[in-house]
Amino acid sequence: MRKRGSRSIYMPVHRRRKGREKANMYSKGTKRKFSDGVDNKAVAASYSLQRQSLLDMSLLKLQLCHMLAEPNLCRSVLIANTVRQIQEEMAHDGSWQVVTEALGGSGHGPSDRLVDTEVLCQSLEQQDGGPRLYSVMGYDGCREEEVVTDKALCSVVVGDRSPALLLGTIGHCWDRGELRVEDGVSKDSGMGDEEGTRSGEGAKMATGQVFGTFEIKNGAPGSDPALEELFSDVDASYYDLDTMLTGMQSAPKMGPYDFLDSLASSHGSVSNSSCRADLNELDHIMEIIVGS
Amino acid sequence: MEAVSCQCYQFNLLLVMLFVTADIISTVEFNHSGELLATGDKGGRVVIFQQELESKNQPQCRGEYNVYSTFQSHEPEFDYLKSLEIEEKINKIRWLPQKNAAQFLLSTNDKTIKLWKISERDKRPEGYNLKEEDGRYRDPTTVTTLRVPVFQPMDLMVEASPRRVFANAHTYHINSISVNSDCETYLSADDLRINLWNLEITDRSFNIVDIKPVNMEELTEVITAAEFHPNQCNTFVYSSSKGTIRLCDMRASALCDQHSKLFEEPEDPSNRSFFSEIISSISDVKFSHSGRYMMTRDYLSVKIWDLNMESRPVETYQVHEYLRSKLCSLYENDCIFDKFECCWNGNDSVVMTGSYNNFFRMFDRGYRQDVTLEASRESSKPRSVLKPRKVCTGGKRKKDEISVDSLDFNKKILHTAWHPQDNIIAVATTNNLYIFQDKL
Repeated sequence: MRKRGSRSIYMPVHRRRKGREKANMYSKGTKRKFSDGVDNKAVAASYSLQRQSLLDMSLLKLQLCHMLAEPNLCRSVLIANTVRQIQEEMAHDGSWQVVTEALGGSGHGPSDRLVDTEVLCQSLEQQDGGPRLYSVMGYDGCREEEVVTDKALCSVVVGDRSPALLLGTIGHCWDRGELRVEDGVSKDSGMGDEEGTRSGEGAKMATGQVFGTFEIKNGAPGSDPALEELFSDVDASYYDLDTMLTGMQSAPKMGPYDFLDSLASSHGSVSNSSCRADLNELDHIMEIIVGS
Repeated sequence: MEAVSCQCYQFNLLLVMLFVTADIISTVEFNHSGELLATGDKGGRVVIFQQELESKNQPQCRGEYNVYSTFQSHEPEFDYLKSLEIEEKINKIRWLPQKNAAQFLLSTNDKTIKLWKISERDKRPEGYNLKEEDGRYRDPTTVTTLRVPVFQPMDLMVEASPRRVFANAHTYHINSISVNSDCETYLSADDLRINLWNLEITDRSFNIVDIKPVNMEELTEVITAAEFHPNQCNTFVYSSSKGTIRLCDMRASALCDQHSKLFEEPEDPSNRSFFSEIISSISDVKFSHSGRYMMTRDYLSVKIWDLNMESRPVETYQVHEYLRSKLCSLYENDCIFDKFECCWNGNDSVVMTGSYNNFFRMFDRGYRQDVTLEASRESSKPRSVLKPRKVCTGGKRKKDEISVDSLDFNKKILHTAWHPQDNIIAVATTNNLYIFQDKL
C-alpha cells in the first residue's frame, strides 16, 4: 500500500493472483491487482482514477437529477448512497495506518462498516498467504480501528468521520419534491432553456470520463508521497453542490496544469487540490453551461 | 443445464395475439378469473382485453383476447403549490374480486388512485312519453296517450365510470397498490409511506408505515414495493431500496413501523462493489398464490422466500448474471435503475420475469429448469413454438447465440403477467403487448 514517511508501519506486500485475468476496470470499479511492488503505486493510482470517475459520474447524475422538475427519489437516494460510499472510502484511504495486532472475530465497535472489502483484503494479505490480523491506527481524530484480513469477513470499523456536509448537501435536495427548495439559484431562469444543452454536456462529459482513456486528473501515476498527503484530509465541503452550482467563487480556480505544478513542487499546503482538480472538471462544465 | 429425464417441463409457447399500442405500456394485470387483461400506459389510458369464449372453430385457442374497453383513467395535472407537473402515467392496476355483474379495478398514477367500474350495457329503455328517441323533449301538450317504456336489446356497450377518487394522501410517488383479501380495504405505497384505505371512503386514509426521517438529510432508504398477503388480511410486506423486505402485522399496532419479520440475505463479500447496494434494491415483491412464499426481484436475480425463514431466500434464480461485469456501463446509462417486475403462475410452480433485448425468463421451480425467450415479431412466427434464446457470455459464440455486447438495452421487458389458471402469459415490450399460450 502506501508509504507515509515515518508513520508507515505497513509494508507493501507481494501477492500473486493466480489464474485470474486482468480485472476489467469497469467490472466493479474496485478491483485492484498487485503483481509486484513496483506496480503498486500505478495500480493504486489507477484504482483512484476509476473511483474518481465513478464519483464524478455520480455527482453529475445528482446534479442533472435536480434540474428535473421532480427527481425520482429512489434513484437519487441510490446515487447519493453511492457517492457517500466513495466519499467515505476516499476519506479513509491513505489515512489509515495498519499495525499488526492479533485479533479474533470481526471488527468491533458500534459503527461497523464494510468498505470495499476486496481491495482491502488484497492490499493487506501477507506474503506468506496466510490471513493475518491488523489493527488500523486512527488518523486525525479517528479512533483506533481494527481490520481483519480474513477474506470472508473483512469488516472495518471506522471512526466517526462521516462527511456530514456532504450528507447535508444531498439531503436538502430531497425536499425539492416537497418544498421546491431553490439552492443557490440565480441560475434558474437561464437554466431552464439550457437544460437540453446541459444534459448533453453532462452526458458527454460523463461518457468521456468513463469511456475515454483516463486523463490524468489527479496527477501522474507513480507520483511521490506528496500525493498521499493530498488525500489525507478530504474536505467534504468541496462536494457541496451549492458551491459547485454557484461557481465556487470562494475556491481559487486551478487550471489543468496547476495541479501538476503543485505536485512537482511538493506543496503539502494545498491539501485539497486533488479534490479541486476533480471539481475543476465540474466547474468547467458549469462554466460552459452558465457561460459565466 | 444437462437434459434430464423425458418428464421435463417443456416451455412450449405460441404467440396468440400481438397488440401495438400508441403509448408506452406501464402496467399489465389479469383479473382474478383471467377473463380480463388490463394494461395501463404512459398516456394515462387503460385498455382492457377480454378473452374470447372458446369457439367451436378454434377450441384450442384459449389465448385469444380482444379489446373490450378503453378509457382515459388519469389526466396530466399541475400542482400549483409546488409548480410541478404530475404525470398521468399509470403506475399500477389492481383488480377487485368480482362481486356482481360489474368489474372493478384500481388504477393509480404518481399521486391519485381511482376506482373504476366497468359494466356492460346491452339493453336500453325505449318508449318514453316526454322524450323523443333522439333525446329531444316533446311538447307536453302534444301527448295524447301514455305508454310504459320498455327495455330493448342493443349492441353491447362497455362503460367505464370512475366511482371513487382517492387523492391528496401521498407526498411522494406512489409505486404500489394492493387490495386486501377482506375486499374492503387496500394499501397504497409511495417512496416513504404506506396508507391504508377503505374502498368506500375517499376523504381519509390511515398511515400505517412511515419511514421518512425527521431530518431528510438522513434519508438513505426508500420503499420500493408493497403487497397484502393473499389470505391473511392483517399481513402485508414492503420492500426497500436496500434489499430488505419487512413483513408487518396490522394487529400489532396502528403504525407498523416496527416490522414483525425482516427478510434480508447477508451480502456476499466476494461480490461487493460500489454498485452492490443499487443492484440489491428490490423492484418488485409478489406473494405466491398459496401465501406460503414470496418472490422478490432485484437487478440481477429473482429470489423466493419462505415466510417462515428470514435469514435467506430458499431459492435464487439468476436472470442475467452476465451483466454483473457491465454494471459500470449500466450505471452510466441508467439501466441499472430499471425496475423489473416478476410474477407467479397459477400453481406457483413457475416464475417469470423480464430482461433486456426483449428477452424474458421463466424458471420452473420443480424441475429446476429455466428458459430465455424473446418477445419480438421476428422470433414469433405464427403457429410455431418460441425458440429458446441463449446469451453468449464469453469465448466462441455459437450459432443462434447473442453476445452480451449485442444486447439492446433499450428493449426491456419490465411488465409481465400470468393468467391465474391457464398457461397464458402477457408480456409487454415498450409499446407492444404479446400474449402467448401453451401449445396444446
